[in-house]
Amino acid sequence: MLLDKDRIFTNLYGRHDWRLEAAKKRGAWNSTKELMQFGPEWICDQIKASGLRGRGGAGFPTGLKWTFMPKVVKDRPHYLVVNADESEPGTCKDRDIMRHDPHLLIEGCLIASFAMRANKCYIYLRGEYIFERETLEKAVAEAYQAGLVGKNACGSGWDFDIYIHHGAGAYICGEETALLESLEGKKGQPRLKPPFPANAGLYGCPTTVNNVESIAVAPTILRRGAGWFAGFGRPNNTGTKVFCISGHVERPCNVEEEMSIPLKTLIEEHCGGVRGGWGNLKAIIPGGSSVPMIPKDICDTVLMDFDALRDVKSGLGTAAVIVMDKSTDLVRAIARIAYFYKHESCGQCTPCREGTGWMWRVLERMVKGEAETSEIDTLLDVASQVEGHTICALGDAAAWPIQGLIRHFRQEIEDRITNYRQGRPHVAGHTLAAE
Amino acid sequence: MSHRRFHHPENHEPFAFTKESEDTIAWWERKYPAERRASTVIPALWITQKQNNGWLSEPALRAVADRLGMTYIRVYEIATFYTMFNLEPVGKYHFQVCGTTPCMLRGADRLKEFCERKIGPKGHVSGGGKFSWVEVECLGACVNAPMIQINDYYYEDLSIEALEKIIDDFAAGKEPAPGPYVKRQTSAPEGPPTSLTDEALYDGSKAKPLASIPNAPKPPEPAQT
Repeated sequence: MLLDKDRIFTNLYGRHDWRLEAAKKRGAWNSTKELMQFGPEWICDQIKASGLRGRGGAGFPTGLKWTFMPKVVKDRPHYLVVNADESEPGTCKDRDIMRHDPHLLIEGCLIASFAMRANKCYIYLRGEYIFERETLEKAVAEAYQAGLVGKNACGSGWDFDIYIHHGAGAYICGEETALLESLEGKKGQPRLKPPFPANAGLYGCPTTVNNVESIAVAPTILRRGAGWFAGFGRPNNTGTKVFCISGHVERPCNVEEEMSIPLKTLIEEHCGGVRGGWGNLKAIIPGGSSVPMIPKDICDTVLMDFDALRDVKSGLGTAAVIVMDKSTDLVRAIARIAYFYKHESCGQCTPCREGTGWMWRVLERMVKGEAETSEIDTLLDVASQVEGHTICALGDAAAWPIQGLIRHFRQEIEDRITNYRQGRPHVAGHTLAAE
Repeated sequence: MSHRRFHHPENHEPFAFTKESEDTIAWWERKYPAERRASTVIPALWITQKQNNGWLSEPALRAVADRLGMTYIRVYEIATFYTMFNLEPVGKYHFQVCGTTPCMLRGADRLKEFCERKIGPKGHVSGGGKFSWVEVECLGACVNAPMIQINDYYYEDLSIEALEKIIDDFAAGKEPAPGPYVKRQTSAPEGPPTSLTDEALYDGSKAKPLASIPNAPKPPEPAQT
């Protein structure tokens, strides 16, 4: 369990003022100039040593990512783009950082930009976060006013401009290259990689895209030392993390906790437990809608970190824990997620554009039981053909929840099909649905 | 993918920017390099939609394209791709009910049924132009589920009773406050706090200049003489 003194986001719930003076009192912008005095390499080394892995879902080491940027600025400027397009179902952590602790984010942007030799930073917010955008705009204006950003930011000699941009309701823009396309004023359709953004990103210039949380923790890591941050969690899964626990718990909430906390402890300590007691638990989606669900017997012991969840064929993703108790119709829950991916597919790659719709339609029939048992294998087969055959990871993200459902709860679908059949003449389910 | 297009654009009214919209678009435009004006397109469309009573008409798209020096098709493409752009008129109070799994688990279906009963069919304007509702995908307030975005702001932790009161208030010309509709602060757990209770975090001790920077590189050895 994390102690209050080790929490980075001390105003996560907005109990205190988000404005500059109050944020400074809580430690934001403390000695920023001094942190910058040892140069970009030192900052990258510290972040690397802290073991910070990207908080946006993929878990790529942040410090390493920063070093991919060219070491010298040539003819093209460098950019930092902060991915605040938080749209993964279950996830609402960046929202709290932006509306309640915006100065930690802005300070992080300055430090990260300096480490990557970028003079400009764009924060790409999801369009629906209008309140968050208004707060962030005000916080940026305060920071300019106080000379913390702008020309000679914090007196460090580094010129730094920060701008807020927003999207308009497309989940796919959370994918880094789609986000860049969108920021350039186009449809958010992912680009092929390579070239990677570090070589040709925004406007064809070297760019790094980072999640809000990854950026916002950077200043505190430098202030308190990489060793402090690395002291939480297991090796390779270090640090603190904001978890979002939603669904069938007594008291859903966001909370910053230490990595590798047991899932059960997280839910019992902060959310008052599963509705109806731990015994009433059926399954949990541990990292946002894209990762496969895990049944209760795995939830009993699993640790919340990248490696432990990967070992049980799921993932930490964005650490958005969606809890489902015994009353849940799991097939319907996954069918709704399948509808989400069908709705949000950008339409660029055929397997995803066609596959997401196909999988959703089959699942909707399975919710009623109006299917053939053999279709479960067909569904699994189609899911595996969508997975890994698209430009971006949306195809994978659409396939994984379905694979997770069939892996652990195949029986449930089969029972439903059998029940539906009882007392009905034997006809193929899909011919009925075609009518 | 979501398929969206205009219905009967030939009936749309002409559109011209107000001074305020012009100024706001110009303010946004300054955020991007001069030769990258297209970056302004999403904010510009959003401002336009605000001015045009919550939806984008075809003449409005053309105005944006002309303003930013983009071809019509590029702007058309953006407006149909991004689902926050409404291509048909909406009510003065436009309800976007989140229906994705985390909200569904906590009763979004009931909210949808209630909207249907109280406001009318999905996507239709009722109450003399006052109300409309649609189902949308995850709005990113999952720990406050179920929730609805009404115009710009989030109304969270809703029950049928709370929603009914909100609709009645809007109908009566009041502006009900956004935020959670149960006793809790934003995303904190209901009841006693489980974290962030240590007063030392807020007494200003964190603002004291650092005595030393952790892991600071050692200063170079003075040259031997």
